Amino acid sequence: MSGGLLLLATLGTSLLTAVLIFLLPERAFRARTGLNLGAALIKLSLVAWMVWGLSRGRGYAVEFPVLEGLAFVLRADALGIMFAGLSSLLWLFTTVYAIGYLEDSPNRKRFFGFFSLCVASTLGISLAGNLFTFLVFYELLTLSTYPLVVHRGTSKALAAGKVYLRFTLTAGLVLMIGMVALHVLAGDIRFGQREILAEFGPEDRLLLVGLFWVLIAGFGVKAALVPLHGWLPRAMVAPAPVSALLHAVAVVKAGAFGIVRLVYDVYGIELSAELGLLYGLVAVASVTILFGSLRALAQQELKPRLAYSTVSQVAYIVLGIGLFGPLGTIAALSHLLHQGLMKITLFFCAGNYAEELGIHRIDELDGAGRRMPLTSLAFSVGALGMIGVPPVVGFLSKWYLGTGAIQAGMPWVIAVLVASSLLNAAYFLPILGRLWFRPGPDHGVGAWPEERCLGRLETHAWLLVPTLATALFSLLAGMLAGMPFSPLEWASRVVNAEYLP
Amino acid sequence: MSVPLDPSLSVEAAVLWLSLLAPLPLGLVAWRFPPRRMLPVLLAGAPLPLVTLWLLSRLAVDGGLEGAWSLGGLLLHWRLDALAGLLLLLTQLLLLASAAYAVGHRRAIAVAERDFAGFWPLLGGLAAALGLIWVAADLLTLYAALELMGLCAVGMMLLPGTAQALTAGMRYLLYALVGSLAWLLGVALLLGAWGRLDLAGLAADAEPGAVTGIAMALLAAGLLLKAAIFPLHGWLVPVHASAWTPVSALHGALVVKASFFILMQLWQRLVPEALAAAWLLGGLGSLAILWGGLQAWRASELKQVVAWSTVGQLGYLMLAFPLLAGTSAAVATLAWQATWLQLAGHALAKAAMFMAAGNLVLAVGQSRLGDLAGTSRWLPLSLMTFGIAAVTLMGLPPSAGFTAKWLLLQAAILAGQWPWVVVLVAGTLLTVAYVFRVLRCALVEDAPRREVRPVPGGMDLIALMLALAALALGLGAEWPLALLREGGLP
Repeated sequence: MSGGLLLLATLGTSLLTAVLIFLLPERAFRARTGLNLGAALIKLSLVAWMVWGLSRGRGYAVEFPVLEGLAFVLRADALGIMFAGLSSLLWLFTTVYAIGYLEDSPNRKRFFGFFSLCVASTLGISLAGNLFTFLVFYELLTLSTYPLVVHRGTSKALAAGKVYLRFTLTAGLVLMIGMVALHVLAGDIRFGQREILAEFGPEDRLLLVGLFWVLIAGFGVKAALVPLHGWLPRAMVAPAPVSALLHAVAVVKAGAFGIVRLVYDVYGIELSAELGLLYGLVAVASVTILFGSLRALAQQELKPRLAYSTVSQVAYIVLGIGLFGPLGTIAALSHLLHQGLMKITLFFCAGNYAEELGIHRIDELDGAGRRMPLTSLAFSVGALGMIGVPPVVGFLSKWYLGTGAIQAGMPWVIAVLVASSLLNAAYFLPILGRLWFRPGPDHGVGAWPEERCLGRLETHAWLLVPTLATALFSLLAGMLAGMPFSPLEWASRVVNAEYLP
Repeated sequence: MSVPLDPSLSVEAAVLWLSLLAPLPLGLVAWRFPPRRMLPVLLAGAPLPLVTLWLLSRLAVDGGLEGAWSLGGLLLHWRLDALAGLLLLLTQLLLLASAAYAVGHRRAIAVAERDFAGFWPLLGGLAAALGLIWVAADLLTLYAALELMGLCAVGMMLLPGTAQALTAGMRYLLYALVGSLAWLLGVALLLGAWGRLDLAGLAADAEPGAVTGIAMALLAAGLLLKAAIFPLHGWLVPVHASAWTPVSALHGALVVKASFFILMQLWQRLVPEALAAAWLLGGLGSLAILWGGLQAWRASELKQVVAWSTVGQLGYLMLAFPLLAGTSAAVATLAWQATWLQLAGHALAKAAMFMAAGNLVLAVGQSRLGDLAGTSRWLPLSLMTFGIAAVTLMGLPPSAGFTAKWLLLQAAILAGQWPWVVVLVAGTLLTVAYVFRVLRCALVEDAPRREVRPVPGGMDLIALMLALAALALGLGAEWPLALLREGGLP
């Protein structure tokens, strides 16, 4: 298969799935499930094929003109395919999970249709070859996640959807203006053509700095950088698989990935450093990390605590970018994957507790480890990873961030890392304590809020298997970090090949 | 009878005029034998867009077509350039879709066949008038076509026969007549001053001055009234809300745009350098965007939301005037493409949205927004169509509205005309607000289940096709825009 065709086929898999799902009747449960899983598997293998091809030096690109001097470009480079791989892998698990989660609930056709569209947009974002194409999929992502956020149709969900749109669509407009202005200034910049902006003289420098911050503001809303994070905790009313997807792969990551593209592929890390942009990024990221952790500590419910933890964790990516140097870059890129694996595990677990036992508040979790040992084990893996305990992958991210900070000559960042890790521990360890060491209903103390015995295992198999799988991946990615095609190894490869300052 | 000026009438010209006038006999046939199914209508109309496509391919080879008919002592000029050809294609596609939709609509609202038959000759007349407007190159032909279009449109508005439709229709007629009066005065002034009415000749002869200025002001006032540009938009909303769905769809998509098209043609030829006036028009457009958006946001009935949205969206077209007047060639090129892309995208999306809204209202039997609760579950296709059409109106990717907005922003930033950037942002946010207000009502889940009566599938399908066409025009904009660029810029 030729390069361009393979790209289109990969993107087309999810798009076509979305269309087919919309065409199927609501009651065609089996056909829809088959279609969903089949497409997820096909896409995963297509992406794997491209990963293999890229590692052997092949190129995949396709483009056509949309306007005079502006093209729609899809291109798989090492960085993009990394994000595509993450989204395809996690899509598979989330699909399995969502099928189990939404069993017997209404509007499943609409849900899975937009779900596929959402994944197609994420893939488009990862394969976009210039800012215009990126924006097309970025906005499409906003539109396709809205019906997922308001899926329940309650007034609370609709209100959250309103806030979500207010933040994301306004940010989309800001982004569009920034991109158009950059286009007016420098023409169609393909990702990787860092020399274009680098050649601008000192008289345009101020303009470039201004545009950079406009674009960061646009990306920052989805990446939930403080103070633009307000939509994220509220979007928690969405069903658990949606929250998982939103936090681990789609929306939040799209924002972070946008910042990565902007710094490394449009401005170039050297120009960014020269213009003094990286200090700003580090400052914003540090504030976000600490603020997110503090807010997480204050939450009494499980999902909002995880949501604020996302706010803080995604900022690690931005922090890594800001640390001008190879180690910081490796930390940023690999954390993009690591955080996805760990966070999706945690959200799956939160969904399992809510479905099986009706647990939403943290103080209801007492003794749940005995009732649901496997889920609790997965949760522990995710939580320990977030704190940074080896051998879970989170440890690697923090290690590289710390060494990167020393390399960059910003030792105070270590203090931020230590503080944030302590805070991580402060809000995750009590949960683990409750899970494993407090007596609960299964020890004869109290009762579960709303126990439903789903399936023969501790909960529905469709819910349990993906949870365990992602937890296992989080462990393996940490233990086998030195193996080829592990997230860390691939991130190092990207950095060594392209972004060495 | 008319005879060609040039005895060697080219094949292309003959084909063009045949296809321009063909809707008239087709409309009469449909009046005598009202169609009961969509397929015959589609088959009868399908050759016309194909012919236009062929003409466009010829245009790309030989450049524009032009000529004149002599009628008694009068010379009537016409020309077909890429812009006119593309607009003709758009018109034919939309008319075809509306005609097919009308067949289903008649069945769905259960109107007797003979009460509906009057729709067909009026549709034929409207089609011919619109075709004439795109190709006419003198003020007399334009006047005749404009009047024919206005009368056909009024006739179609009156067809439902309800008191509400009659009041709104008569008001429309009154406004249209006032507009025509202003137009006639302007034409008379120009004829008196320069002794000719053909556009090319006027462009060459007319010198800027008081007479040209006053004449242009009169012409512009008449056209702005007919195009429902703020603050002369008062007649539009009641008319759209009470007319039959295919009629409002056509009216919002094409009829108001025709007046804008004429205004742009005249402006470019008579007063291309009138900066202050151009900024005034841009300012009116901005107010239209804001006011239309606000009113759409506050409207309580679905069709009113759609109608007010037309008022707002027409404002985007008016931004072309300041961006074309006295700016660099690069800015003008961008603005020129943006305007026509926006016009086409809005035409497709607005027709789709009217049809989708009509389907929703018909199926639910209620027209208030609150009554839409739960439609996402019972009428997903209609709602989806509404949503896809709305993507174009909001200017979100991938849609023609988005690409056009990109071009407009690029033009405004390049020209340093920052006010329009602010207006575009505000307009987009307002559009988002009123669109999602509708969608939020439809997504409510805890509403009691009501009786819904789904409309025939064909009606949903036509609306969906139009909405998807507006979407496809976003990333497929290069084909028409390349034709436009080759066909010459302002």
